[in-house]
Amino acid sequence: MKSGLLSVLLLCFSSATAEEFNTLHPQQSSVTFVSKQMGVPVAGSFNKFSADIAVNPAKPETGSAQISIDLNSMDAGSAEANDELGGRNWFNTRQHPVARFVSSQVTRLGADRYEALGNMTIKGKTLPVKAPFTLKRVGGAIVVDGAFPIKRLDYGIGTGIWADTSVVADEVKITFHFTVGKPRQ
Amino acid sequence: MAERYTRTAILLHWLIALLIFTAFPLGVYMHELPFSPDKLRFYSWHKWIGVSIFLLSIVRLTWRSTHRPPPLPDLMADWEKFAAHAVHFSLYALIIIIPLSGWLMSSAKGVQTVWLGVLPLPDLLGKNKELGDLLKEVHESLNFLMLGLILAHVGAALKHHFIERDNVLSRMLPMLRKKS
Repeated sequence: MKSGLLSVLLLCFSSATAEEFNTLHPQQSSVTFVSKQMGVPVAGSFNKFSADIAVNPAKPETGSAQISIDLNSMDAGSAEANDELGGRNWFNTRQHPVARFVSSQVTRLGADRYEALGNMTIKGKTLPVKAPFTLKRVGGAIVVDGAFPIKRLDYGIGTGIWADTSVVADEVKITFHFTVGKPRQ
Repeated sequence: MAERYTRTAILLHWLIALLIFTAFPLGVYMHELPFSPDKLRFYSWHKWIGVSIFLLSIVRLTWRSTHRPPPLPDLMADWEKFAAHAVHFSLYALIIIIPLSGWLMSSAKGVQTVWLGVLPLPDLLGKNKELGDLLKEVHESLNFLMLGLILAHVGAALKHHFIERDNVLSRMLPMLRKKS
């Protein structure tokens, strides 16, 4: 009897974990951004990042995410810009090689729409951000899609001569696309 | 027979000339600059001027196709007339092709051209580094070809005015016309 109960509990537990998607498929995931230079949208991307994401499609509000972005893997659209971005005026990647987002809360906005509250740390500065996103089931995985703006000057990104927002706009739009699968057996 | 170009042709000629004489040195100067906000500004201005030249050139060529220019002086030798027409034809072609090559280069380099920072031009090419580098060479070479043709064009106009003392330059600059 006792062992019967235990096995029921175990079953519940394993079925709960089976519902959780937490394995990032890096090839089907991306973190990109668009900055505006002289009114021209310029696309960029972060080519290396890691993401610990846990989503249970039945209870998305319990989900969590920790994203770490390798800033040395950034492509801002041109070789000239890439050479510049590691410097002190921009990301100072020697001292701050990684940008981080840690979620604190997920709320439901609508049918498949949610919002993650969390803290974003860039260049040693941590600020709260709100990232709206959608959840979709694609094949055997969950796809998380969203975008949110940050203000670069809030983080001290692009200081000195680059602080002029008439050349490089303050607002940078960050777009994320994560494909998260079931745990590997 | 008309002795001068129409007002519209004259206005477009000098406006396009002024823009070319701005965009050309700016292009030569800006591309050697270290990466800086000024460099981004100059590139944008250069592109804005280039798009303006492109649009004005379309108007100019449309106008030219429906308005014959005044004839060249009868005293000119056939080869001189041929050379004049060849240079004019080449310049007409270049004021269209050069801005076009710049626009395509910009697209291939992954930077959309947004005229005056307001009107986005479609990207006719996707981002492609090799193509971008090639188009840069094309844009540069065509510009130096144009510089050569402009020197010939200006030299010939001055020769007509000061040596032949005919009406060739005053066709495009009526204020020079001799009172008679």
